[in-house]
Amino acid sequence: MALNARKFKDRLLTYVLWSSMILVIIVLLSILVFIVTQGIGAISIEFLTQPPRNSMTEGGILTPLIGTLQLIIVSMMFSLPVGVCTAIYLVEYAKEDIYTTTLRLAIRSLAGIPSVVYGLFGLSFFCILLRFKPSLLSAGLTLGCLALPLIVGAAETALQAVPQSLRDAAYALGATKWQTISKVVIPAALPSVLTGAILSVGRVAGETAPIMFTGAAFFTPGIAKSLFDEVMALPFHVYVLATAGTFIDKTRPLQYGAILVLMALVLGITLIGVIMRAKLSRRDYLM
Amino acid sequence: MVIDSMNNVKIKVENLSLYYGDSPALKNINMHIYNQSVTALIGPSGCGKSSFLRCLNRMNDFIPNTRVEGNVYLDGLNIYSSNVELIELRKKVGMVFQRPNPFPMSIYDNVAFGPRLHGIKDREKLDEIVESSLRSAALWDEVKGILTRSALSLSGGQQQRLCVARAIAVKPEVLLMDEPTSALDPLATARIEQLIRNLKKYFTIVIVTHNMQQAARISDVTAFFLMGELIEVEPTEKIFTAPEDQRTADYITGRFG
Repeated sequence: MALNARKFKDRLLTYVLWSSMILVIIVLLSILVFIVTQGIGAISIEFLTQPPRNSMTEGGILTPLIGTLQLIIVSMMFSLPVGVCTAIYLVEYAKEDIYTTTLRLAIRSLAGIPSVVYGLFGLSFFCILLRFKPSLLSAGLTLGCLALPLIVGAAETALQAVPQSLRDAAYALGATKWQTISKVVIPAALPSVLTGAILSVGRVAGETAPIMFTGAAFFTPGIAKSLFDEVMALPFHVYVLATAGTFIDKTRPLQYGAILVLMALVLGITLIGVIMRAKLSRRDYLM
Repeated sequence: MVIDSMNNVKIKVENLSLYYGDSPALKNINMHIYNQSVTALIGPSGCGKSSFLRCLNRMNDFIPNTRVEGNVYLDGLNIYSSNVELIELRKKVGMVFQRPNPFPMSIYDNVAFGPRLHGIKDREKLDEIVESSLRSAALWDEVKGILTRSALSLSGGQQQRLCVARAIAVKPEVLLMDEPTSALDPLATARIEQLIRNLKKYFTIVIVTHNMQQAARISDVTAFFLMGELIEVEPTEKIFTAPEDQRTADYITGRFG
């Protein structure tokens, strides 16, 4: 009797776990199917290569697409070097004391701050205090701030994964601390650092809140030519098409087309990161 | 025998104590290490033999809260004096570790790493050093065609010989080996032991081993450590046939450890 009860419990639990998984898959699939069926009709060569026209009721998404790529580049140029240097400091130089632990905790919690807070920070810090105005630069830097804790975290993990024995080997050959870091530790960690950076690009590329006050434009006649121009960006473009247009019915197909492209972009970037990580994790070092 | 001559002293250890925090890891060690000989350090786990080895190239400097007392003279110069450059010391005193730890780069770059650190850029000169180091480490014939391949593609035994080649590429005078065969199979171990016998013509070798047969096979002098103390240091033949101290005898006959 007791045995049967245990068997029943075992089976019940398996079903609970299984149905939870199915639920997640259903939610994911229905979003995906909905977007694809709604958006696929809008996708064409013209859609990807033409700027929006006629109060954004016609034409394509070239301007916001380029704008998003520009934002990614600006944010990475800021957050990648700063994040990697921070991680190097934390792993290789900082003493393990209460200050370092606090600093680590602070960086971790930065990753949990709602992205709209980053947007307001960017507005007051980059746009107003540093007088960058709402621009490609301000929005890119704000996105960079959002990516920063992710990059620091990824780089830290990557640096810590470099075995101590490799550092010892370099020191025993007469290397200085910096030689050891630059010639052994960083080259060994670089692939996973880059993977982490790519994944965080994927994470920030789809964000709307950090850029809507800091540089994303409702409409610009062309692509941004300087860091101080405002840019159109795909996520914000979707928001505009969905809520702020004057001809919401007319723009609906375009809106789903833009969502589809944005999703493909983010998914593609993430996929590259995941594939790189899988490839590199097979190349393990002897401890 | 070489060890009778005082002129042949390469390293002189004088009243050396090492503390991790407050607890002593080495207590007042006095010992001579002789030129072009193999000195084996034996003793049970945690007896301080590895810590002692790492005092000889100051690798313990990196471990927080360690304190060293006493002196270690290399060719009469105190390596713990404040005007000694760590970089210069480690150029003279090379080290091979317990587990093979080649850098994740090509075989060539592994061996050329040390010489490059110390400023050798000339390609021909580097080629020459890489070849002669790999020959000395008895690895050249196996890798001469695949120098650009990743060092991690080699077998464990080959990797360890590569690490020997990497260490001797900076032309050290002393070679420290910390249980260099403990991660290797018997065949690879035999090759490393043969290598050590050949290398002692050119280097002063200090090897930590937990394998007493190995110490007996390859060393000229054996030092027995127990709980941070140097119990006995004698010519290897003597320590394995007629040890002075009862504890040495007990350890060698396998009564503990």
